[in-house]
Amino acid sequence: MWVYEKKLQYPVKVTSCNPTLAKYLIEQYGGADGELAAALRYLNQRYTIPDKVIGLLTDIGTEEFAHLEMIATMIYKLTKDATPEQLKAAGIADHYVNHDSALFYHNAAGVPFTASYIAAKGDPIADLYEDIAAEEKARATYQWIINMSDDPDLNDSLRFLREREIIHSQRFREAVEILKEERDRKIYF
Amino acid sequence: MQSTLPEEFYQWMEELQAVDFVLVELTLYLDTHPQDQSAVQQFNQFAKQRKQIKRAIESKYGPLQQYGNSYSGMPWNWSDGPWPWQL
Repeated sequence: MWVYEKKLQYPVKVTSCNPTLAKYLIEQYGGADGELAAALRYLNQRYTIPDKVIGLLTDIGTEEFAHLEMIATMIYKLTKDATPEQLKAAGIADHYVNHDSALFYHNAAGVPFTASYIAAKGDPIADLYEDIAAEEKARATYQWIINMSDDPDLNDSLRFLREREIIHSQRFREAVEILKEERDRKIYF
Repeated sequence: MQSTLPEEFYQWMEELQAVDFVLVELTLYLDTHPQDQSAVQQFNQFAKQRKQIKRAIESKYGPLQQYGNSYSGMPWNWSDGPWPWQL
């Protein structure tokens, strides 16, 4: 089971109400390479991956939920004081008429989240390469969002998340090596 | 929903976040380097430290976790804000 802690993984501050930035950030909430997709992808792969990397998938998958909460906090803080006029000016009137200020799992272009974002091939190497690619895509997305953002407080938290993608990618690469070693050992014995 | 918290709360929370960052990093590292004795030692040392910070925060500001992972005040104070996104 999971146990919630009343604490963000890293502090989230925003300088000012900025629904335009929230529009970009929702990509990491309900987008193909977002935090929800990451959490669901890794936790779902655990059941068919060799025992040696189940712990890693569990822990990274769990950390992704902490990142999802940080993204939600950013979007919440960037939009909570926005007037309908400001939302309209930011290009999220379409979101507003359907959801008011509620968060929804869709990407920056408004496409709803879908399970097809999550791969599960059942082949350990194929799945781990998928995971490495997902982390690199998420890292790139964070960089594009940082490039679009002029909020120094927000960028501090976004840089933290970008760095976490690098660590996750690195650990998944190590997991590939662990499985290759295991596979080669079986041939010789 | 939301009461203003003293500066001390934010300092403790940041301390907990810093210690937890070390623990998350060591957890993922040890998942792929399970034989690293000094990392395990460091992990256990920080695990102890996080318990102490958690206890200090909770004694003054209420439970951080539930399902019995934290004690409750009277009345039940788990639902008291502020929640993390309200800070």
